[in-house]
Amino acid sequence: MIGLVGGLISGLVVATSAVAWLNRSPTRVPSPDPAATADTIARGAYLTRVGNCVGCHTARGGRPYAGGRGLPTPFGTVVAGNLTPDPDTGLGRWSADDFWQALHHGRSRDGRLLAPAFPYTEFTHVSRSDSDALYLYLRSLPPVAQAAPESGLRFPFGTQPALAIWRALYFRPAGQGELTATGQSAEWQRGAYLVRGLGHCAACHAPRNALGATTQAELLPGGTLPMQPWVAPSLAPVAGLPPDQQQQAVVALLRTGMSSHGVTSGPMAEVVTNSTQHWTDQDLKAAAVYLLSLPAQAPPQALPPATNDPVADAQRQRGAVLYADHCATCHGESGEGAPGIYPPLAGNPTVTLVDPTNAMQVIRHGGFAPTTQAQPRPFGMPPSSLSPQELADVLTYVRQSWGNQAAAVTVLQSMRAP
Amino acid sequence: MPNPLPYLRAVLWSFLGIRGRSGATAEQQQLKPLPLIATAVALVAVFVLLLLGLASSATAAPLAVPDTMAQRALACTGCHGPQGRATPQGYIPRIAGKPAGYLHAQLLAFRDRRRPHDGMARLLVNLDDHYLAELASYFAALQLPYPAPAALQGTAGSRALGERLVRQGDAARGLPACVSCHGTAMTGVLPAIPGLLGLPRDYLVAQLGAWRVQIRQARAPDCMAALARRMQPQDIAAVADWLAAQPLPADTGPAPRALQALPTPCGGTEP
Repeated sequence: MIGLVGGLISGLVVATSAVAWLNRSPTRVPSPDPAATADTIARGAYLTRVGNCVGCHTARGGRPYAGGRGLPTPFGTVVAGNLTPDPDTGLGRWSADDFWQALHHGRSRDGRLLAPAFPYTEFTHVSRSDSDALYLYLRSLPPVAQAAPESGLRFPFGTQPALAIWRALYFRPAGQGELTATGQSAEWQRGAYLVRGLGHCAACHAPRNALGATTQAELLPGGTLPMQPWVAPSLAPVAGLPPDQQQQAVVALLRTGMSSHGVTSGPMAEVVTNSTQHWTDQDLKAAAVYLLSLPAQAPPQALPPATNDPVADAQRQRGAVLYADHCATCHGESGEGAPGIYPPLAGNPTVTLVDPTNAMQVIRHGGFAPTTQAQPRPFGMPPSSLSPQELADVLTYVRQSWGNQAAAVTVLQSMRAP
Repeated sequence: MPNPLPYLRAVLWSFLGIRGRSGATAEQQQLKPLPLIATAVALVAVFVLLLLGLASSATAAPLAVPDTMAQRALACTGCHGPQGRATPQGYIPRIAGKPAGYLHAQLLAFRDRRRPHDGMARLLVNLDDHYLAELASYFAALQLPYPAPAALQGTAGSRALGERLVRQGDAARGLPACVSCHGTAMTGVLPAIPGLLGLPRDYLVAQLGAWRVQIRQARAPDCMAALARRMQPQDIAAVADWLAAQPLPADTGPAPRALQALPTPCGGTEP
């Protein structure tokens, strides 16, 4: 008995020491703030676009970078802070070292561990020079006095011990050049730096485990957005499609919000609006080169043709009638769409995703493609008032026509879709 | 190599059945059979290829999508009626012909969730201020005929109350007349005060109610919120009933910018 208790106690001591050791404060060698030149500030402005800082750190309709937007997570809502240089409510008292400590080590100015809703698991790859440029740009903004509301993380998730354990399990500050790979081009290295670092693509495009930690960030196999009815598809190349064509599609989608076979919607449309439409051509191409170097995913398995299934046939027939009534005017009788205006549905990866959530969102709620410099007047789709059965029928028809081969959608799935 | 022209002429004549030029028969007798057959085969091939080309271009023709605001606005008119002319029967308001400043302010408020409506917010979330202004101007410029108003509802007393509140207000309760801001003709005032006619009764009730409980808010000073809080539920019903039953005047457009000050300060009246 004493042995058991002793073992438990010593185990706890070892575990606590390990957590404490893994969360030890970084040694800080104070360095003077870098000089704020016009070039550095401009580079910082560009980098805030690359990282879509404004996306989380701006309340809807609020002042840019003044914080206050709540990010829903399964553990409660995390409220993004004020990044403007207001001394009391923003980053006014922060030094470039403090900023680096947040970005690279995930610690606030006072050493507090930050909640990883702030994606320092990705931002830890940002270079010190880019961190300084970001800092100097944010310093140049007009200060906005606006205190962020308290974050609403449920006990115990927001406590420092819980964050320390989480970090011991899932976070290490990146080492120098951790993402570089020998034998890859400079373009690939840049792409890796953008995609895995400031671009934080893995925050949505990789699955999260039960404790909210991103897994397989290096594969970007797709994920489900926490607390949002959207699926982030895999970013890996599709085996069997010409790489040139895929690269062009990636660049077009990120720059304009649409490619020859799809339109961004939901959270990705916001990313295009705030961030990727502003990336330079070189950076877009570098990101595409990196993404195309990921291990290719096998094309989705073709479904066995459903022969002699009167229920499935009847569903497709009902769907075909609905399609002709509601969809064909814009998307074409054969799902061909109108290039650059209405996306094709034949061969559109969004409509054939295993999880039909995104397509159901779009059909039910409609929406516009995002306004971008390339497409300042996008076309839109009206919301629909289809019943759950009709939604399932028409989407099943679309998923199984013109060469599309995806599983049927059940009425249960469409009833669950918010 | 014989002169190809008589051969072509002969084959085409045989295709089309044209005859009768003087000397045609004489010319045909000069033709040799082999080149004649070759010409015929070549012409048939050209004809067939032409037909095939036409057929394939017809099936693969991309959808013709007009590059117009009307086409873009189809995402709106699915609910707001063709050309934004939703009728007073139902809930969804007509947007055609409302002042552009008003429509733009509402589009921004919907997008940024200051005026809560989940469907509108989802629809507009990806659109920037400038494009929303263009959409607002498009609908504002549609000065189109209105349908007949709804039938009068309520008792004689409630009709009288509705008309009195709209036309005279109630000074004792600090309620200015609706017409003092929304125009004598109640068709709105440029640049940003909306008209009150041609709207569904339920929509009017819902808006006044939303202001009363602060679900709908405008920029401070929020005059409509203050006024709606001074109205009782029966006032709101009476005003909405009466407004929904009014026919439109001959000139349905909003009145020009008011010269005199509004009876109560309003933050939402300037774009």
